[in-house]
Amino acid sequence: MSSLSYFEASARMRLSSLVDADTFSEFCPPQMRRTSPHLARLDAPTAFDDGIIVGRAKLAGHKILIAAQEGRFNGGAVGEVHGAKLRGLLDKALTEQPAAVLLLVDSGGVRLHEANAGLIAISEIMRAVLRVQAAGIPVFALVGGSCGAFGGMGIVTRLCSEVVMSEQGRLSLSGPEVIETVKGVEEFDSRDRALVWRITGGKLRRTLGDATRLVDDHIPAFRSAAIELIKRYQSEPLVPATLATLLAAQAKLTERSAVFSAARDGREIWQARFANASIIPELTVDEFNRQLEVST
Amino acid sequence: MNVLFNRLFQAHDIATEGLFLKGHANTGNQDVAVIGTIDHAAIDIQLALKIADAILDVVRTDVGNPPRQIIFIADTQGQALTRHDELLGLNSYFAHIAQSVDLARRQGHLLLTLINGEAVSGGFLAYGMLADRICALPDAEVRVMDLRAMSRITKISLEKLEALAADSPVFAPGAENYWRMGGIHEIWSRTDNWAVRLSAALDNIADTDSRADIGLTREGRMLAAPIAQLVAGS
Repeated sequence: MSSLSYFEASARMRLSSLVDADTFSEFCPPQMRRTSPHLARLDAPTAFDDGIIVGRAKLAGHKILIAAQEGRFNGGAVGEVHGAKLRGLLDKALTEQPAAVLLLVDSGGVRLHEANAGLIAISEIMRAVLRVQAAGIPVFALVGGSCGAFGGMGIVTRLCSEVVMSEQGRLSLSGPEVIETVKGVEEFDSRDRALVWRITGGKLRRTLGDATRLVDDHIPAFRSAAIELIKRYQSEPLVPATLATLLAAQAKLTERSAVFSAARDGREIWQARFANASIIPELTVDEFNRQLEVST
Repeated sequence: MNVLFNRLFQAHDIATEGLFLKGHANTGNQDVAVIGTIDHAAIDIQLALKIADAILDVVRTDVGNPPRQIIFIADTQGQALTRHDELLGLNSYFAHIAQSVDLARRQGHLLLTLINGEAVSGGFLAYGMLADRICALPDAEVRVMDLRAMSRITKISLEKLEALAADSPVFAPGAENYWRMGGIHEIWSRTDNWAVRLSAALDNIADTDSRADIGLTREGRMLAAPIAQLVAGS
């Protein structure tokens, strides 16, 4: 089982183990050597795929488009080429009409070596994700890698129809290191791993509803969740956001900020939600999911 | 702010509340909604809720009527940096703004951003960057991070970054760099008639995202458009 840890696996391993065997075909593959000229100019290492794999595949027989970010290359950060591959994949969804687009997010956000190109790319990806969903095609974010989903990719993740996370996955905007650097260690101690996990980790995000599924750190678990979601959207097609649904979301987010107006630790959220909050970090994913269901 | 509004509009009724502003104005030939932030606001959860609420309010008000154009006045130092905001999911609040902007676009509201002051990183991504047309006022500062901080994090010397910044728009701060890369459509000058420029900009709005193509035409972002097309055409 450990050999199929999602957290430990490379992006290529995650992708190939997730989709149906021998169905993946890659667009703009490493053989094309579309490396980042901006990294090269700064004498920084480059990669033939610029840290992202995009292509088409099948999942339980359904046609999908899929992207996987490689956290081991520059923290999965988005530069010009990397971002363009993801945007191009989303554009392709409009003509190809897959059952879903899967984004295996593993990224700290904008790649600083090409910061302006990265920021604009993230904005283009945000618009593209919204366009795809407005056309009725669901986009799923899978978050369980070592770099999590931060910065602009944290926003992109939350634009998706579904967010599947593992406990080890992290989802937020500014990284703890950034907050510590700017605001001081008393605001956010980035070396306190348990605290970082209670602020950004999968169980907290699932409790708040920002993640829609919590699964084990196991590639087959992510695969099963993605298949279930595809089947659900096949029977109940995605309805693009309306004024009514966004007003409801506004009310929910307003309530969250009112109820937790001074909260600074995930424990406070668990205490409000669970009878025995102190045991939440110890629960297995199955136990946690059952508790969550009971408390709803 | 009134000095700015007087230069932009024939008439305006725009109220500020802390770091947030909203209201409506007339450009001479049409009524527009105005939403924005001031004083280099750090966008936190409360501000994000106000921005999204104002956008949804314009959409709701215009149901059954011709959709007004929305002008975002962006002035932000970036996202708020607190543990509280991260705990509650500031990224989710920003995504909610983006979904509200997208709804407005789909309902036929054309969207224009005016950068007045600073447009930085996540604060700029949150709403200003999502408009159909983005204009920068003179002295607008646009960046992800200043070169000193970038040098610390990337461990590339400041001298090297400064030298490369001179002929590459790709990482150095500056509205001009974003213009070359297609991230900003227009930069206005101090001596321009801003009301005329605003009317012309509103006339030129298209609701498609052509920033990558513009970056290619202006030779500031040569790969984004061809690589996206390569993938989309695979």
